[in-house]
Order: sequence, then structure tokens, then C-alpha cells
Amino acid sequence: MSASNYQGPDLKARDHFKHHVYPSPFHARQKEANKLKVWSRWADYLSVPAYFDASLEYFAGRNSCAVFDLTPMIKHRVTGPDALPYLNRLVTRDVAKLKPGRVGYAVWCNEGGQVIDDGTIFHLPGGQGGNYRVCSQERQLDWFLTCADGFDVSIVDETHEVAGLALQGPTSCAVLKQMGLAGVEEITPFGLRNFDFQGTTLGVSRTGYTGDLGYELWIAPSHAEALWDALFEAGKHRGITALGSEALDMLRVEAGFILAGVDFLPAQEAVRPTHTRSPFELGLEWLVDFNKPIFNGRRALLAEKEKGSRYRLVKLDISGNKVAHDSYVYTKDKKYAGTITSSMWSPSAKASIALATLDMPHGAPGEELLVEIYYKRELKWSRVMAPCKVVENVFWDPPRKKQTPPADF
Amino acid sequence: MTNAVIIIGGGHNGLVCASYLAKAGRKVTLLEANTQLGGACITREFAPGFTVSAGAHLNYLLDDEIRKELGLDGHGLSMAAEKIGTIALNPAGEHLYFDGDGVGGEGLNARDLKGMKEYQRFMSKFAAVIGKLHNRTPPRVGTSDRGDLFALAKLALEIRLLGRDDMREFLRIAAINIYDVLQENFDNELLKGALALEAVLGTKLAPRSNNSVFAALHRMSGNNGGGAGALSIPKGGMGAISDALAAAARKAGADIRTQSPVKRILMDFDKVSGVELESGEQLLADVVVSNADPKTTFLDLLGARNIEAGLAHRIKHLRSKGNTAKLHLALSGLPNFEGLETAQLGQRLLIAPSQEYVDHAFNHCKYGEFSARPVFEITIPSIHDSSLAPAGQHVLSAVVQYAPRDLNNGWGNGKAAFTEVVMDTLSHYAPDIRQKVVATELLTPEDIEKEFHINGGHWHHAELAMDQFFMLRPVPYTGQYHTPVNGLYLCGAGSHPGGGVMGSAGRNAARAIIGK
Repeated sequence: MSASNYQGPDLKARDHFKHHVYPSPFHARQKEANKLKVWSRWADYLSVPAYFDASLEYFAGRNSCAVFDLTPMIKHRVTGPDALPYLNRLVTRDVAKLKPGRVGYAVWCNEGGQVIDDGTIFHLPGGQGGNYRVCSQERQLDWFLTCADGFDVSIVDETHEVAGLALQGPTSCAVLKQMGLAGVEEITPFGLRNFDFQGTTLGVSRTGYTGDLGYELWIAPSHAEALWDALFEAGKHRGITALGSEALDMLRVEAGFILAGVDFLPAQEAVRPTHTRSPFELGLEWLVDFNKPIFNGRRALLAEKEKGSRYRLVKLDISGNKVAHDSYVYTKDKKYAGTITSSMWSPSAKASIALATLDMPHGAPGEELLVEIYYKRELKWSRVMAPCKVVENVFWDPPRKKQTPPADF
Repeated sequence: MTNAVIIIGGGHNGLVCASYLAKAGRKVTLLEANTQLGGACITREFAPGFTVSAGAHLNYLLDDEIRKELGLDGHGLSMAAEKIGTIALNPAGEHLYFDGDGVGGEGLNARDLKGMKEYQRFMSKFAAVIGKLHNRTPPRVGTSDRGDLFALAKLALEIRLLGRDDMREFLRIAAINIYDVLQENFDNELLKGALALEAVLGTKLAPRSNNSVFAALHRMSGNNGGGAGALSIPKGGMGAISDALAAAARKAGADIRTQSPVKRILMDFDKVSGVELESGEQLLADVVVSNADPKTTFLDLLGARNIEAGLAHRIKHLRSKGNTAKLHLALSGLPNFEGLETAQLGQRLLIAPSQEYVDHAFNHCKYGEFSARPVFEITIPSIHDSSLAPAGQHVLSAVVQYAPRDLNNGWGNGKAAFTEVVMDTLSHYAPDIRQKVVATELLTPEDIEKEFHINGGHWHHAELAMDQFFMLRPVPYTGQYHTPVNGLYLCGAGSHPGGGVMGSAGRNAARAIIGK
């Protein structure tokens, strides 16, 4: 196997707008695996909604392992002497606690304390201090540069320079070992380590968007196809399967992960000020560290902490088997309480589950509410007011997620 | 909480603020970088034996209440000349003469005379609406706080109380350009040129720029006891105002230290804790008030990284580049202006023969050039105050536009060339002026920036426009004198109600601090 002829976006030519959408570095392999031949767009790239059957892909993610192309995820490299103070002013959590070789989930806010986006910060191993990668759903270069005034820091959008694959599921560790990544089992959750792969660096982080044992793999686009091939070769007896975005969405809702643009509106896209959300309103107060003297949104969030929040994002366990797509949530005496933002029939929890945003003071764990579900049966619409309950724990949280080293499946 | 307050900068607003805070029992330390107090409101020597108001050279905005409350007259402030008239110069000698009541001169037709009455009526009426805002702390942006909503409602009511027709007219013209308003009312080009100059003095505005009506109203909005926009010259120059303010502040108990430049504002976790001087000395206080301009305060003294990015971004993009130069001439005798008697030289003289002339002058500054034919506001204060020059000799002080802060190729090369343009233009009106000149000083915005420590060298600290006024001044969420940084306050021209030697920003800031 050798480096591929993959031609990714050449942003230096400044003609990317003519291409509209690019094939991912994994495209040649995705094309073979994509039996449904349906493509969608994610940021700059072609993406696969489902390769052959979203349900079966989902079950691979829960019962064996599944491979998801996350190259389109927006990636920024932040370097320079002030990279740490810069990131600490940018995000609400304390990045100083993030040691090299560790990954942290973070949100960043505007000065109104409203979430612009969430993402993961990779403190890259081997770099001397200030070497970070920030992965996010939304493009952030403008805001990141706006925030750079007064800091000696370099910020580069490296979305197209880094190919990414998520390998998620119980057999994922065994597959990587089989592939020859000695010591991969020692990586703890949110750990990050570099390996040599066919003469190039392969970054492996124990992170993911499925709430299960899993890894994310980072490599130069030239070696993307080789990585795909090596993974599928190593995983052929461990049920390795390509995973599309529909299955991933099921996995992430079970894991209780929120999605920008779905469960909250990024603050810079909002026209109406009441349509944005603070970290508190997204259940992310654990990410807000007031022990830092300065970060964007601090003043507003301190005020919110004192005054109280407007909304609360909750997990709902809904009775019955109907999926509560985009439903209204009511109190038991039928007063408006909120809306559902993500919902599904959870095969693992064997329940109709949802993420919802409720008006305060609703949403305390254990609160019983009603969900108004419209559903169609043999072309006939019906409605049910399904009782539901606010639950505290996520719907999928297996012990193997945190176990180090993971058991050999 | 201690009682100590540190004020950075001893400009007139800093001194006013010091007085009111000291009178309220605060332990005030005021730190001035220069040897002389007053900021850009000073009188200083520029050639042996010749002194001049080096920054502001006319008093038209000093708040009468402040003058009384601080007893400035008792501290030596008196006027050498009051209700000074204005003469709009015509190279051929057919000048126009303005006094408080109207305008006279050759070439005016009936529409001009009638228009002037009406123009003065509505402009002073509208200016009064703006003037009423000067001594108020603006409401916050986007709050539902009762006090803030009440303040907005009060403003709305005051506009409504103009009466139906005048309210409509106010709302129509407040944000538009002076060029159109003058065209609507007058025929005489010299008259329109002079009134256009009034609107754009000290700004980066042309007669055709929006906001130029607003800038004109602001100039007329002072409560200085002489009627809207009335001009006076203090005895001893504008520095006399600062001297009186300093005396009042000292008497009230403020500790005033000159030659004490501040290096940075100190933070204790998320609150200010004092300042560090260039000398390395640290002074501690829970409250720090900055008379410095917003960019100096936030980006230099505090540092962009110590404030939230949104605020840093807005401050960075505050329009604060000066476009006005200051000319000082030491004269061996009075120059002869075409068509003017010697007795008339004590009035304010304007060079702005038409609106088009002013507009052309402005065009250059858009592209980083100085005006090929600049506009002037000229005073010869030594006529009223012989202490400014040796016996029989005189000083001329002129505001000259447009001279952009960032001149192409820099002022190092441009200053001599612009001085020549300035003298050449002047000699069209006063042919013998070059023979009378003993010494020349031209302060470019760069010089003003250096001498008075104003980032950008803009005499208002930040462009005076509706989007940088009242609750939006200098930028949203800093408009109430306290800033998003705990314990840090602003009291300079960059805050409401802006520049011009008014003192209201200093008093409003003191009130905001005392009210806490």
C-alpha cells in the first residue's frame, strides 16, 4: 500500500467555490461500501447518510465496531506562545488542566454568555506547550481570529489537511491492536497518542460521539485510503462496518450528546436573542469555570447564575413506542413546557427517548410531563399525548466506555 | 471596599471628575503624564514669548452648572471675550457676519435671511434636545431595567414635545447630511459653506456625510450660559479653565500628580486593583477612572486579552482617527485680511467659501492625503488677551482640516508640505501674513496624539456620530461610565456626551461612581 492520488481541496488556488463539494479522502472506499448510492453534504465534503441499512450500521456500532468518516468536521490548529491563554479566554473551561496528550470537550460563548459552538480541544502530544487542535461542527475561523487580538498566537483552519475516522464500538480496541498499534489499549478515555503508520503519524484519541468504547483516528489525507484498508483488514473478523450519519445520529442521542444546529442554535446564527442558549441552559455547567478571571461570556454567565436560567435541556423517557419527532412538551395540566429537539426509538434502551428544551422551572429530574406525538399508521394520522419523565442519566452508558485497558471483544 | 479612587489623566474631564469625587469624600489620586494639567485644554508657549491654547481654542460648551458648582470663577476663571461673532471670509472681501441673532453681509437674498431665522430656530431647538442628554447617564442597551426604560421614554417624550411638525423635522434631519439641509434653506454659497464647516469641524465628516447634522447639533448643544453655541475666550487661554478646575480639585482634597504616566491598569483576579506607573511605582485602589481615550484605556493600559473578545473587538473598531490639525502662528503684528477692519480680527474667522469647497477638502482625507485647499477656523486671541504675546505682537490659532491621522507616506514628510499649503491658503485672505510670521507650529493629528496621549489624535477621542453617541458611546455596554471590567470607569471625551470642553463626561462619571 502506498500514498493515494487523492486530490483534496487546494485552498491556495482560491477556486474552492467552483467545486461546491469535495470527495472526502476516503471517498474511493466509501463509494465501494455505499450500496445505497445516496450521498449528502457535510460542510465541504460528500458524506454518506447510510451505506446499506442505518439500523444495521447502528447495531455494528453497539455490538461490534463501525467506521465513520469525520474528515468534514471543522478543525483549527492553535499554536504559539499564547495558545493556552488564548484558548482560556476563548472557552469557558480551564484549558490549563488539559495536559499534552489529552482531549477536552468545551463550549465557547459570546459576551452574552450564549454558546457559539461546542467542540473538542486536542492538546497534541509532542508539541512544546501551545499546540492545540480544536474540532467543531461550525466554521469558526472568523470568531477565532476576532478573539486573537492581543495574543501571540497562530490560528489555521486545517480541516483539509487532516483526515479523520471514528472507529466506535466494543471491538474497536481489539481491531486497532490487530492493526499493529501496540499499546493502544493503554489510552484512557480522552487520551491521545501518536503511532507510526506506514511512515506517517497516526493520531489516535479515545474519543467519540457514540457514548461507547471507541477511538478517533487522525492522519494525513494522502494516507487515508491506506488507513481505511488496514482497518477493514484488521477488523474483518470483528464485524467492522462502515457507518453513515443516520446511524451516528442514533448513537449520539442515546449517549445524550447535543448537536449544534439541532439541539441548540449557534449564537452567531440566531436572529432572535431568545433563541440562543447558555452553557447552563444546555446542561453544561460543568464546563464553566469561574475560577478563571476572564473568558468570553463570564460576566453574563455570572449574572445568569445569580438570576437563573431561562431554559433547561433534558433527557426524556417517553412511554409507548411512538417517536416524538419535533413534538411539543406539556405539563400534566396541558400547559406548554417546551419542545423536543432530538428523538428516536432507542434499540438499546428499548424506549422512545428524546432530548428536549424546557422552559424553566421545568425539567427537574423525575418531573412527569406529556409529549404530543403525531404519527401515521397506514397513511392515517393519529395523535397521542404520551406521558414522559425527565431522566438524569444517559440512555446508553456501558462500563466498557471507561475501562482501561478495554476487554478484548 | 476602600475609599480610594485613581484617575488616569488630568484632562478637563479628569479634573472635573476628581473635584466631584473629592467633594463626595473619596480619596482621589489623579495621575497626569504631562507636566501641565488640562490635556488638550491647555495654554502653553510655542515660541519664545508667545503662548496659545494648544488644543481647544474656543470655549463654547463648558457646562455652566459645573462652572458654578465647582466655583471656577472663584478659582480665577474669567472670560477675556464673550459672545464672539463669526466672520465667514470671502477672498474678494465680501464677507458674511454672524452674531447671536443672525447673519448680515452682501450677497444675501431674502430666502437666505428668512432661512437663517428658521434654521437657527429649529437647530437650537433640536440642539436643546441633545443638550438635555449631556448631564444624564445613558440607559443600557437592551435591558428591561426600569430606570433604563424610563430614561429612553423620557428621551422619546422630549422629542415628542418638540411638537408634531418639529418632531417630524427632527427625526427627518437628525441622521442625514448638512449639505441637503443647507440646500433646502439657503442660496448663498458662502453662507452654506460657513454653516457646513460648523457641522464638520473636528470630525471625519464631509458636508455630504450622514451624521453631519447631528455633529452640528452637538456643537450647538452646550449649556455654557451664552446661548446655544455662543463662543468665548478665557483670559489666559483655554488653559485657564484647566487651571481653575485643578485648583478646585485640589481645594476639594484631590491629590494631583503630574509627570506620572501610567503604564498599566492592575487587575486582582477579575477586578481592577490599581495602576502601575512608568516609574514602576504601584498605586492601589478599588476604583480606577480613566480619562484616557477608550483605545488607550482598554487596549494599551488594560490589554485586549484582559477583556472579553466582543468588547475588545468593538473598541478596536471604534472610529477614532483624527483629521484636524492645529496651526499656531507667532505674528510680529496683526495681518491685514481683505475687507476687514482691525477691530473685526478679534472675531472668529472661517475659511469655507462654499459647501463644494468643504466637500473637496474632505475628499483628500478619504485617500490618506491632506486637503489641497483646507478649511479653517481662525482666532487671534491676543487681541482680547495681551498676556499671550509680547506687546504689540500677536498669536493666531487655527483649526485646519482635513489632515488625516494616517497620511500616506507619513507626516514626517508631509508636515512641511501641508504647512506650505496652509500658509498659501491663508495668504489668499491675508496677503501679508507671511511677512508677519515670527514662528510657526503645526500640530498634525500625529502630534496631537503624542502631545496629549490620544490614540488617533481625535479631539473627541472617538468620532462623534449617532452610532457612537449616548448609550452607544464609546461602544455598547460601556456607555454608563462603568465598564464591563469591575471597578474600571471611563470619564473622558470618548464617553457620553463626547468631546469639546464641556466637563459633563467627568461629572457624569463621578455621579455614576458615587451612586454605586
